[in-house]
Amino acid sequence: MIETDIIVIGAGPVGLFTVFEAGLLKLRCHLIDSLPVPGGQLIEIYPKKPIYDIPGFPIVNAGELVDNLMKQIEVFKPGFTLGETALTLDEVENHFIVTTNKGMKHKAPTVIIAGGLGVFEPRKPPIENLDKFEDKGVEYIVRDPEFYRNKRVVISGGGDSALDWTIYLIENKIVKSLALVHRRTSFRGHLDSVQKVMDMANAGAIELITESEVVGINSNGNGHVGSVVIKHANLGDIVKEADHFVPLFGLTPSLGPLADWNLEIEKNAVKVNTLDYSTNRKGVFAVGDINTYPGKLKLILCGFHEGTLAVQSAFAKIHPNKKNVLKYTTVNGVSGF
Amino acid sequence: MIKVTVIDRDGKTHLLDAPTDMNMNMMEVCKAHELPVEGTCGGMALCASCQMYLESDTALPEQSDAELAMLDQAFHVKDNSRLGCQIRIREEIDGIVVRLAP
Repeated sequence: MIETDIIVIGAGPVGLFTVFEAGLLKLRCHLIDSLPVPGGQLIEIYPKKPIYDIPGFPIVNAGELVDNLMKQIEVFKPGFTLGETALTLDEVENHFIVTTNKGMKHKAPTVIIAGGLGVFEPRKPPIENLDKFEDKGVEYIVRDPEFYRNKRVVISGGGDSALDWTIYLIENKIVKSLALVHRRTSFRGHLDSVQKVMDMANAGAIELITESEVVGINSNGNGHVGSVVIKHANLGDIVKEADHFVPLFGLTPSLGPLADWNLEIEKNAVKVNTLDYSTNRKGVFAVGDINTYPGKLKLILCGFHEGTLAVQSAFAKIHPNKKNVLKYTTVNGVSGF
Repeated sequence: MIKVTVIDRDGKTHLLDAPTDMNMNMMEVCKAHELPVEGTCGGMALCASCQMYLESDTALPEQSDAELAMLDQAFHVKDNSRLGCQIRIREEIDGIVVRLAP
């Protein structure tokens, strides 16, 4: 069990800066994020994009902003639980317990949700019985390539991850056979990856099925994937025997488990009181893109402000008998833990 | 101000006014009229949640690599698929008709 003062759910820019403001009040933070690295959508969606509306930075790349925030909070030594999704929020004797999908437990008197767009989940193709085959031959992420040793694999997708895994599984002679299914005839991945995959197809190492989509999955009789139905734009349906179907179409955000945390939700966001960005659950705050209130603007700079005010109330809950006085960093500097 | 027609996922037709002087795009016009378009990424051609089908013969500028790359990751993609966030509101597209993708 990890114990801290504030559990911050979401390690995007707003969650990270909240750690800094909490640190100034001598409050310790532990961050949880479903992505394997900090940065949230800035890293997952647009790491190379320039941002122009961070005060004091005429221009800053999203990835660079995350790096700077990590440097800024280093002195406060936050803890991280990365690559795990905050699944449940329970209340026990004036404390909250947040448990992740991997069973990691976190205990603190306050929780600040800085969940951004929510949890990034693999984009699932619209195939009717897809859910039934999850963990039975359908995987949306390649976790361990060895899992596919001597198997017949169908990958679908036209992006870098589809190309990269195709190359990896063939070059390392892992799979028995591999078919790559793509909707168009050309790919938009890195040029050398595209060339490699084309060479593999020409050499007969893989079967490249373009202008096609996987539209159905058939069982092998035991509930496991046995074959997939591929619809070709001109040639009609092809049934392809396979042990595994791996659709690789990137990640997309959804509100995720916190939709069931008894928080007031409006328009897919958590309703808060703008006095301190508190939710309807005392001791639980929501800041950044995940919250909503009259006049809400989804801007990083607004999230910074929201996190700053939220930690003031978090302080009051954690230290009910202490009075907090605003101290300027210009006067006191920053002293870490 | 131009007129744009958006057919929603229930097949209902919405005739909307869209200003040409506010640097808007079709995704934003739909959101401003509370049509169910998410626009998760904010208009960077990075999420495909504003995919729509072009149903009029309106001449649009060629699609960017970023838009085509994103459509490669999307579903229900057809030859006339577009990302609404990449369709700028300009005089030239007056009368455009689009249908929201599922």
